Amino acid sequence: MSVAGERTRAARVWPVVHDAQYEGSRIPSPIPTALQLPEELLESDDVLRVNFGPNHPSTHGVLRLIVDLDGESVVGLSAVIGYLHTGFEKSMEQKTWWKCVTYPERIDYVGFQNNELTFVLAVEKLLALEVPEKATWMRALLSELSRLHSHLVYLGTSALELGAISMFWYCFRERETILDLFEMVTGQRMHTRYFQIGGLAEDIPEGFYPECRKFVEWMPHALDDYLALLDRNAIWLERTKGVGVLSANDAIALGQTGPNLRASGVDWDLRRDQPYLTYDQIDFQVPVYANGDVYDRYRVRMDEMRESTRIVDQCLRRLERLQGRPWIADDRKVVLPPREELHTSMESLIHHFKIVTEGFRVPEGEVYVATESPRGEQGCYLVSEGGPKPWRVHFRAPSFAALEATATCVHETLVADLIAIVGSLDAVMGDTDR
Amino acid sequence: MTYRDMPGFVEEKEAFGETTVTIEPARIRDASEAARDALGFQMLVDIVATDYLGWGSQGVSGYIATETGRDINFPSTQGLQTLPSLKPKRFSIAYHLLAMRQPAERVRLKCWVDDGEPVPSVVSVWPTADWHEREQFDLMGIRFEGHPNLARLIMDDDWEGHPLRKDYPIGGEPVRFSEAQ
Repeated sequence: MSVAGERTRAARVWPVVHDAQYEGSRIPSPIPTALQLPEELLESDDVLRVNFGPNHPSTHGVLRLIVDLDGESVVGLSAVIGYLHTGFEKSMEQKTWWKCVTYPERIDYVGFQNNELTFVLAVEKLLALEVPEKATWMRALLSELSRLHSHLVYLGTSALELGAISMFWYCFRERETILDLFEMVTGQRMHTRYFQIGGLAEDIPEGFYPECRKFVEWMPHALDDYLALLDRNAIWLERTKGVGVLSANDAIALGQTGPNLRASGVDWDLRRDQPYLTYDQIDFQVPVYANGDVYDRYRVRMDEMRESTRIVDQCLRRLERLQGRPWIADDRKVVLPPREELHTSMESLIHHFKIVTEGFRVPEGEVYVATESPRGEQGCYLVSEGGPKPWRVHFRAPSFAALEATATCVHETLVADLIAIVGSLDAVMGDTDR
Repeated sequence: MTYRDMPGFVEEKEAFGETTVTIEPARIRDASEAARDALGFQMLVDIVATDYLGWGSQGVSGYIATETGRDINFPSTQGLQTLPSLKPKRFSIAYHLLAMRQPAERVRLKCWVDDGEPVPSVVSVWPTADWHEREQFDLMGIRFEGHPNLARLIMDDDWEGHPLRKDYPIGGEPVRFSEAQ
């Protein structure tokens, strides 16, 4: 098995721009996230201001765009967010550390497992907790399944919006299988709360291995189906190629991460470039496309699904050899004791009681942990006072940054393309508003 | 160039394998520009403010003798094991920067401000700071000077208060159109 870090392309150069408003930039000025109506159109009677959303089926949730239209062309745009603000960060400050694990997955409800992972990794970093090998491999496997799930939802809904309804059914067929796998392992189809601080909440059920193997063998065929349906579809190509272009420099200046950044030609993936979990022992490619349009963002995600399937396969092989090994760290101050011990051991009962009622304490300090979620860099910033509750929790949401690029992408496009562009940025409103 | 040569440099700290560079709040824009141009941190990943009001006020748990003898209600088992280090001012603003190179490098620029103290905006350095600064203004009440459009982002435009502050009541939002009004 070759190491991912060694195979990196020899000459990778990342653009550095020394001026926020450099020549050739399409980022609007002075407000980088709002396209302002040009002066000559200010007095025009032809310009129509349209409210797009917040309750519009193609905005993927409650995104509101205020769009100025001159005929069919978009001449002004500003995004309004916050309709799904649920105060997760404030709520988490009121809960003990281990109760907080439930919250992050509800933030980005499509790539739920990755959010949970980021939070759990951040707490473990503060605690300096060693996680058993089996738990680490299983975390990588479930994160990749979650990435597949997220990309399938993206692909199905974006294609649906551009009129390819059958894609939706095909994608949701595979999504269903993935959710069944989640249900089998964790008891929940979504929002699993399966990653515990210290490892996993429960051992992996034996029946999971053959079922997951079946899925891994089937998924490449499903991907071929998707390609056959979309990749030579004239309407799809016409609607996506050259639409919503974001240059590499603009993408970096606007803080784009994940597939949106890689579609703009920037070769950057945290799984390879700043490895966490076991990604340094996994063989996978990072797909990069150069045009930065809707089509390239779609291609990056298609290729990523293929790579994710390969990663799931490798994790599964490793996990099959790790059967019977511990799945959670043996640190009684942080991890709940095994259920059966509670009947016989006073010490275990005390530990259980203390963790459940008061919660464990996390050393004073602040950390920022970033992982590659399906949407890009998912960061978690934690501040601990040394007590049983977090002092401050903040999530760096990749969707939040993605929507900042809307105004740049819609530059000189038509209103119909707006739907394709917003879909291709793949923002989840729960993630954006938190 | 090292972190020490950055404009407004105060101190550099290493903790949990992460570098935190404290900068004078008034020089944060210049420091950001230096970080981008001279140190190669081309991407601003996140801006996050933290309210340290009441930090460490839980006290230390266990038995502590007082002048009048032992108080059985305080301190309790709910306190801290050690008192946390004191903070210079009420709010900290952390700028998480990323240098895309091999190996990847991250740094946290940090400045400390009191309530109402303005901080220069970094939108002219990294356009992505636009929403991040608006979010921190909205939820934490940090004033970013020179921001092109410092309006509320997450909460309603007419919302009162800044919800993520420690003195913002939980469940205490006013009920509109109730009988009393």
